[in-house]
Amino acid sequence: MTKAFVSGNEAFAQGIRLARPAVVSAYPITPQTVVVERLSEMVADGELDSNFIHVESEHSAMSCAIGASAAGVRVFTATSSQGLLYMAECLPYAAGGRFPIVMMNADRSVALPWNIYGDQSDSLSQISSGWIQFYAMNAQEALDMAIMSYRIAEDHRVSTPFMVNLDGFNLTHTYENVDVPDQEQVDSFLPPYSTTNKIDLEKPVNMGFTAGPAYNVLFKMSEHMGMLNARDVVPPVEDEFMRIFGRRYSGMVEGHLLEDAELVIVTLGCVSGLCMDVADRLREDGVKAGVLRIRYMRPFPDREVQSALLNAKAVCVLEKDVSFGNAGVVFSEIKSALYGSGCSCAICNRIAGLGGRDISFDDILAIFEELENRPTDVGFIGGSAS
Amino acid sequence: MMRPELTSDIPEWNAGNLPPDTCCRAGILADLNAGWRTVRPVVDAERCKGCYKCYLHCPDGTIGMDSGKASVDYNFCKGCGICARICPFDCITMEAEE
Amino acid sequence: MSGPNARTITGDEYFYGHKACAGCGGALAVRIALKVLGKNAVAVLPAGCMSAVGFNFPNLCFANNAIISTFAGTASMMTGIEAGLKARGLSDYTVVGFAGDGGTADIGLQALSGCIDRNDDVIYICYDNEAYMNTGTQKSSLTPFGASTTTTPAGSVVRGNIREKKNLLEIVAAHGIPYAATASIGYLDDYMMKVKKASLIKGTKFIHVLAPCPTGWGAQTDMTVELAKKAVDTGLWRLAEYENGEFRLNRDITDPDGIRGYLRSQKRFAHLTDEDISHIVESRDARWGRSLP
Repeated sequence: MTKAFVSGNEAFAQGIRLARPAVVSAYPITPQTVVVERLSEMVADGELDSNFIHVESEHSAMSCAIGASAAGVRVFTATSSQGLLYMAECLPYAAGGRFPIVMMNADRSVALPWNIYGDQSDSLSQISSGWIQFYAMNAQEALDMAIMSYRIAEDHRVSTPFMVNLDGFNLTHTYENVDVPDQEQVDSFLPPYSTTNKIDLEKPVNMGFTAGPAYNVLFKMSEHMGMLNARDVVPPVEDEFMRIFGRRYSGMVEGHLLEDAELVIVTLGCVSGLCMDVADRLREDGVKAGVLRIRYMRPFPDREVQSALLNAKAVCVLEKDVSFGNAGVVFSEIKSALYGSGCSCAICNRIAGLGGRDISFDDILAIFEELENRPTDVGFIGGSAS
Repeated sequence: MMRPELTSDIPEWNAGNLPPDTCCRAGILADLNAGWRTVRPVVDAERCKGCYKCYLHCPDGTIGMDSGKASVDYNFCKGCGICARICPFDCITMEAEE
Repeated sequence: MSGPNARTITGDEYFYGHKACAGCGGALAVRIALKVLGKNAVAVLPAGCMSAVGFNFPNLCFANNAIISTFAGTASMMTGIEAGLKARGLSDYTVVGFAGDGGTADIGLQALSGCIDRNDDVIYICYDNEAYMNTGTQKSSLTPFGASTTTTPAGSVVRGNIREKKNLLEIVAAHGIPYAATASIGYLDDYMMKVKKASLIKGTKFIHVLAPCPTGWGAQTDMTVELAKKAVDTGLWRLAEYENGEFRLNRDITDPDGIRGYLRSQKRFAHLTDEDISHIVESRDARWGRSLP
């Protein structure tokens, strides 16, 4: 293990190097660029024995990744925002084909208006695409997930592609100290990719076929079950990760001060850290504040959410996206999970950080203060003229 | 000569035995194309010179040359008539299906 | 080189029992190419006629490895497969794509360009039936002038497609591709020679094969091969190759006056006036009048 002072993108690239994908196909887009630049440098310097394919679009990046996965090898790609949407056709394709591709997405605003800064509108618009969706909080977790994602995605019970989301700029471009594991450690944790879902010259296969009304539902059910199986695979994989690398992760969600929390912010991504800091501060004043961080948006941690919020009195879902004409995507999911769960909390939605707008300590403090009044509305932070 | 045939061991697929992904052994055929035909090619074996033209040009590959003469796999022939038109010796005729 | 012929290619059938329309030219183009390439061909087919008729679970009509790609992603999926198989240490295989005219010259052109630019070691075969046939005969950029399609119908004001067929060979050749060719299922020996040749060249290879569609062209099912031959004989379709930076014409016009008969035997051209036909003849003459391309 070595220490490194790197950005989120660079940390992720280090993790991918250690996971040894045989093929990397990528197309540049801000703020993802650094991860693919670092990987191409690693290939150029012989640190990574991988075929780096310069595709001409994100659609081709994913199409190429699917092809390489169908050929039976481990693949990596990365994108962001418009790029994620441009490849959108290929997302359910990869998932339906059960190709355990890992993709880093640098969460970024979606045009129009144009904006290169971070929010979660891109990935949250794709939660039904059949991909496991993870939201990282810091560079170390990003690096660790670059490795762990393959282990989970490639588990034969799962066989589902895996999207690791890093908040654009806030995480992708922020420098932190990280532990970079040794190759031997990673090799003992992550075996070489092995699958029967591949082109076979000895016993040929037909892949990616059509399934009409008689069979379609069976394939879709199987895809659904595979994704759900990830819930059972994550805890033992994290246990083993702890054993080898000494870092403990908390499963589908991460709770902070939730045991007796009455006022809870539910959120995801790197703003979670700030929310936790604010909760710590409020505890000093005797306010029973807590934070629930959603680590996995897919498969959705409904049971974990239900038990974490059972005794909460007021909850705010804080997220960087909006499903226009309704509310934040995460808010809808949380609310749906709580229906009939016995939780009687008031729940509101605060949409913040759109297009990279800063979310401050005071913004979070204000949300907790507001929660005392049990709000139930959907509101934007930064939406007022003041 | 190898070609996919009507596959007798295709199971009754259900959630339990379905391929877990969209990946399945190649060349399995669950049903025939014979019902598509309104006319069928009939080869006059006496006059067939074994020139391979019909075999080569069949879009469905249903003409075999195993015996040196053309023979039609009526399970999968669709009756398009290309073979009859291309035969230089006029030894294939299209006859109405019953 | 003496090319493969009916007796030397394998008797094995790799594309069989499919649900293509009777007399399908595209199916013939796919079948013959696979017989030339043999059992280790790894076929990539985008959404389109040949994938729709070949992969309807549980009818899986390819005896070799085959996969459907996204409509736009034929070439990029081929790139990925080639890279993956190579990474597995395999070498005895040929990655071959079969995409239609729309899948190649329209929606798949960007990916094809990227593939040629990278010079990935694959063979891309465009079977050209001159419209989006799988969706019911809509115009593509390879639909010829005058053709009535369901989106360029022969009306009283506009008489079918008003645009000329895109020159795909020149577009592909402009990339500096190692090998590109046009072919026709009316001249299978020539087509087989080109497929074989492509399989022996490293880098990206492109073959554009004319493959009539009796359903979309409004022709008898037994006329497919004949029409593909006539298109060449009348000079409406040229058999050519691009190799080492040079274009070469493989076959001269043998039936310059046969255009009217060719057009009149297809419903898609039934509405053409004498003036329209004269325009088609003039365009043909202009194309042949200059040196290749």
